[in-house]
Amino acid sequence: MIHSLFLVNASGDIFLEKHWKSVVSRSVCDYFFEALERATEPENVPPVIPTPHHYLINVLRHRIYFVAVIQSEVPPLFVIEFLHRVVDTFQDYFGVCTEAAIKDNVVVVYELLEEMLDNGFPLATESNILKELIKPPTILRTVVNTITGSTNVGEQLPTGQLSVVPWRRTGVKYTNNEAYFDVIEEIDAIIDKSGSTITAEIQGVIDACVKLTGMPDLTLSFMNPRLLDDVSFHPCVRFKRWEAERILSFIPPDGNFRLLSYHVSSQNLVAIPVYVKHNISFREGSSQGRFELTLGPKQTMGKAVESVLVSSQLPRGVLNANLNPSQGTYTFDPVTKLLSWDVGKINPQKLPSLKGSMSLQAGASKPDENPTINIQFKIQQLAISGLKVNRLDMYGEKYKPFKGIKYMTKAGKFQVRT
Amino acid sequence: TLLQENSIYTHNANKNYLHSNAGIKQEQLIKILSFLFYIFRHDDLKEMLDSNKDSLKLEAMKRIVAMIARGKNASDLFPAVVKNVACKNIEVKKLVYVYLVRYAEEQQDLALLSISTFQRGLKDPNQLIRASALRVLSSIRVTIIVPIMMLAIKEAASDMSPYVRKTAAHAIPKLHSLDPEQKDQLIEVIEKLLADKTTLVAGSVVMAFEEVCPDRIDLIHKNYRKLCNLLIDVEEWGQVVIINMLTRYARTQFLNPNINVSITHMRKAEAATLAKRKPYVMDPDHRLLLRNTKPLLQSRNAAVVMAVAQLYFHLAPKAEVGIIAKALGMFEPYLKSFYIRSTDPTQIKILKLEVLTNLANETNISTILREFQTYIKSMDKDFVAASIQAIGRCATNIGEVRDTCLNGLVQLLSNRDELVVAESVVVIKKLLQMQPEQHSDIIKHMAKLIDNIQVPMARASILWLIGEYCEHVPKIAPDVLRNMAKTFTNEEDIVKLQIINLAAKLYLTNSKQTKLLTQYVLNLAKYDQNYDIRDRARFIRQLIVPTDKSGALSKYAKKLFLALKPAPVLQSTFKDRDHFQLGSLSHLLNAKAAGYQELPDWPESAPDPSVRNVEVKDSVCARRTVLTGPEGSMLFNMILLAHLTESDSGSGSESASASDESGSGSESEESREETESEDEEEDEEKEKKRKKRLDKTKAKKPAEESTIAPSGSIKMYELLHRITGEGLAVEYCFSRQPFSPDPNMVAVQIQFTNNTNSETKNLHIEEPRLQSGMRIREFTEIGLQPCESVTVVMGIDFCDSTQAANFQLCTHTRKFFVSIQPPVGELMTPVFLTENDFKKEQGKLMGMNEISEKLMLGEKCVNEHVIVERVTATANLSRVPCGSEKECRFAGKTVSSGCLVLVTVPTKEGGGAQLTVNCEKMLIGTLLVKDIMQALSQ
Repeated sequence: MIHSLFLVNASGDIFLEKHWKSVVSRSVCDYFFEALERATEPENVPPVIPTPHHYLINVLRHRIYFVAVIQSEVPPLFVIEFLHRVVDTFQDYFGVCTEAAIKDNVVVVYELLEEMLDNGFPLATESNILKELIKPPTILRTVVNTITGSTNVGEQLPTGQLSVVPWRRTGVKYTNNEAYFDVIEEIDAIIDKSGSTITAEIQGVIDACVKLTGMPDLTLSFMNPRLLDDVSFHPCVRFKRWEAERILSFIPPDGNFRLLSYHVSSQNLVAIPVYVKHNISFREGSSQGRFELTLGPKQTMGKAVESVLVSSQLPRGVLNANLNPSQGTYTFDPVTKLLSWDVGKINPQKLPSLKGSMSLQAGASKPDENPTINIQFKIQQLAISGLKVNRLDMYGEKYKPFKGIKYMTKAGKFQVRT
Repeated sequence: TLLQENSIYTHNANKNYLHSNAGIKQEQLIKILSFLFYIFRHDDLKEMLDSNKDSLKLEAMKRIVAMIARGKNASDLFPAVVKNVACKNIEVKKLVYVYLVRYAEEQQDLALLSISTFQRGLKDPNQLIRASALRVLSSIRVTIIVPIMMLAIKEAASDMSPYVRKTAAHAIPKLHSLDPEQKDQLIEVIEKLLADKTTLVAGSVVMAFEEVCPDRIDLIHKNYRKLCNLLIDVEEWGQVVIINMLTRYARTQFLNPNINVSITHMRKAEAATLAKRKPYVMDPDHRLLLRNTKPLLQSRNAAVVMAVAQLYFHLAPKAEVGIIAKALGMFEPYLKSFYIRSTDPTQIKILKLEVLTNLANETNISTILREFQTYIKSMDKDFVAASIQAIGRCATNIGEVRDTCLNGLVQLLSNRDELVVAESVVVIKKLLQMQPEQHSDIIKHMAKLIDNIQVPMARASILWLIGEYCEHVPKIAPDVLRNMAKTFTNEEDIVKLQIINLAAKLYLTNSKQTKLLTQYVLNLAKYDQNYDIRDRARFIRQLIVPTDKSGALSKYAKKLFLALKPAPVLQSTFKDRDHFQLGSLSHLLNAKAAGYQELPDWPESAPDPSVRNVEVKDSVCARRTVLTGPEGSMLFNMILLAHLTESDSGSGSESASASDESGSGSESEESREETESEDEEEDEEKEKKRKKRLDKTKAKKPAEESTIAPSGSIKMYELLHRITGEGLAVEYCFSRQPFSPDPNMVAVQIQFTNNTNSETKNLHIEEPRLQSGMRIREFTEIGLQPCESVTVVMGIDFCDSTQAANFQLCTHTRKFFVSIQPPVGELMTPVFLTENDFKKEQGKLMGMNEISEKLMLGEKCVNEHVIVERVTATANLSRVPCGSEKECRFAGKTVSSGCLVLVTVPTKEGGGAQLTVNCEKMLIGTLLVKDIMQALSQ
């Protein structure tokens, strides 16, 4: 299925190649570079590029293009999902997935890629199986390895691959048994000029960090499971029990994993935690434009709105911006025309604002585009949909684990049109 | 001076000579050096590889692999590397494998040296070493070893270990691509592996099937049901491949479920012949596929979700396709999910726009157009152009908004961006050509705009439109020409060309008014600086102004200029690709990719469905999965019904039922025992027996059956999930039968199912860890054949407490810690009391021993019968006859110590009730009150 993989960095250099069948010359990437040149933005490169003899399917993650070479029919999503899994695995192994990290760990990367595909078909993609086959590098292990000359490859052949619970290795042992769950919700919204919500929906995930000894069997139940719409599960979740009882019953993988992702649809009313008052105007014939922006909290359930960051792509005609923030700092890049304002925390008593003027090209007519304002924020200890975990129980093991649940709301793709 | 010059000359010459000499030397030196470098290149690496220290070897291999990763050639190291193929160090070995697979093709002779190592590996007792040897061996693309590979694959396909068999499945397409002549032999191996029952193998072998022999659909028949049933447990990548293959299979084997729908679109005669056919009934196997894939819509893997979505799209009845809509978000309620953000990548924007356009209809068009209006102001001009096209498509599809759209588009003609203008003009042209009667209004409007619009492209476009439709605006067109003639010299070239065009068209239709104007314009053009314009003017003059010299063409001038021009087609760029399977690469590209498997059309009449029937041996396995399925619970219903009739008669309101009771009790006992031995029986026979028994029980209590909700009556609890148990699934229930070996024990019926394909032996209990006083009577050791289920009964004395009994369940290989915790209601057994006895006993258990609670009955507890059913389902009690209709009484005793448990439920008007439990054991009383309360208030 997947013939070869090329890793291309932001400046267009191939810095790693791997072939699972016969070797495909790296000149095949020329078609990719052509497409890259044509694209106005890095993410505008088409995900599938046909060439005379091959098809190139790419994903862009962490400013690296992962370009897979395909020779025959295969569902494109299959390849895209796999490439994302590769990136996730690298991130899991090296903490970050950057060109430097990949180059530093090139042998581990190669060994991983070797295990993940056989003849171009996925073989072992579960992180826990891979970790048994190839130990992730740690500082300590690197030091020890250099001194003793020992290896990263597991001494013992893995058992996980053969077990009926492919996502969990056997013989896990911890002195402190803990299970943490983070409920993270992102609000995707489009707010129109007048401040009314055009569309808003919540994308939620439950990320888990489970470090439990043995083969624990967990059940997680919610106070209000009906809220969840369009749920997708980690393969460990027993679907039947969710269908029947709306509880999550599962034998967890060891370590970090995404238990569940869900969606709270636009049909439900979504609380919008911030509002924006804005006045961005250009007058015909004047080389000045006015810029006024005020942020305020709204429907935050009494929680503080933090880490607020406002950014906006101003029209091409804007030469410079001379603004005055009531708090935080702002920057305007005259080349990319990107305005960004790091607001910080919103104090409801003293609302943050950014006011001033923009200078336009003299003599040019007023820009006819309206900039959109993108907002990022965080609200701790709140799941904006109201989702609440009821309880977490453990069966199958005797010890008492330490359990923790954390909630957080973030802005996803949160846009205000002006 | 001459001498001087001469000497200087010689000096220079010398210098030159020296220079060139040095140049040659340098060149040579570089050549020699690079040659030496070539020879000794990687010499240090070779030395390291030859050393006897593993750490040095490892370091060398790491550097070599890093070279390969960067795309550098390391082939000259082959001899040095291949020597280490048998190295003891696992990591060195692995890296050598990586190297070997990469360069074996180039260095075939040397590669053969390593083959014996792998052949040895194939016989290793460790399954992982066998698998890895096969993996590498099959990856070496050297034709000489084809026979060795074939042998290895065949052997591995019947290996004990499913992991090795999986590797064998992976090796099949490798060998096939190396030597296609092996196809027939490989198909045999595929056939063998398709019959494999493990989830590990399923995905890989279907992958091999798809690559080697996708047309051999006959190989699938016997495995179809098994694949459907295994699907949910296969790893995600395998799921995608299996679902895609089964989609194709279904299209060859089942009938079109939408046949009735399409009749309405057919001509009558055809419809009549179709109507004569049997009404459509969906093949149960078709249903099985749809049902078993549905839960996978919840997968985290987008490829799996897409695979299921396309399966439903291609195979499901129209009415059911809706279920994928939620996962895909394809229909109207989700309109707003497709609103576009300025930060979306362009290709996403275009796709969303496409969806919005397709979703547009009379009711939502105003919302959509308002949304489109904001898009037109975007900074991404490609996207703006696409938005304008989208508006045009909405306008052509929905007549009501055509005018609004047109007006909106006309305004866009004043946009400064030429792309926007050009796009608008194209769309306006199309719309105008569709509605000739309204031409004049808009053209008039556009004529007015020409005074304000400065963008040359827009001016040119408007002039073209006026020229094209000059007959619809006979008054305005000459006036526009007059104005344009005035400004001709100041216009941009493209505008000038269109002025000439307009003049020519007017000359042909209205020469009286425009003859002079046209000649004036042509004269201006004749002396223009741009030769294109001069050229055009000369050409047009020849064509339209008749002179003696003008050729034959001028007769056709009008036809040439004013021919009806086809409207630019405003169709989706995503059209015409529906003949490709949804979600495939070919579908995305709208071009057939290599290896694309055509999705066959539904057959006219269904092929024989019996080809999917499997022999009896397999049916045991099939039944296991059916057991958990919604409709396959026949066996369960059997147990339930038997049980219900028993408990029912026990609680019957007439005391006369006592004699009946013993009869039905023994009957149910018997039926349960039969269930245990049933496994070996033929399917059909079983079916008959079941039916007979069902009839019997039905005959006995026909009226009761409908009101009994079987779900709450006998509950199966999970003791060991089949995943935790590595294939062994264990469930238990409290059978409520007296445990004959020890009357103080509670009987626990345990059902073992072996889901693996190897025998589970010596299944027994070990090391019970019990609270003091508790006792266990173990069942006798048993063994399980693959896919067999066996039911056994064990006894536990819980000492009348709800403490769990913990013990180890052991097989010949594994031990599992399990525990059984009884609900309080299962700790008792019914006793039969008369009304008087009940009153008397109750009188003895007053005060501390009586626990009473008020409660509101749940909505469904409408009559006495439901209350009886709920209470007896919660606790193993029997009903005590009672004079009053408003009161239900139950009696039992604890199994271990025989303490009486008396329950009274008097009901009041309006759903209120009072629950009283009298029992010497207060803890039991309290727990029982709690459980019964819950059961009744539901």
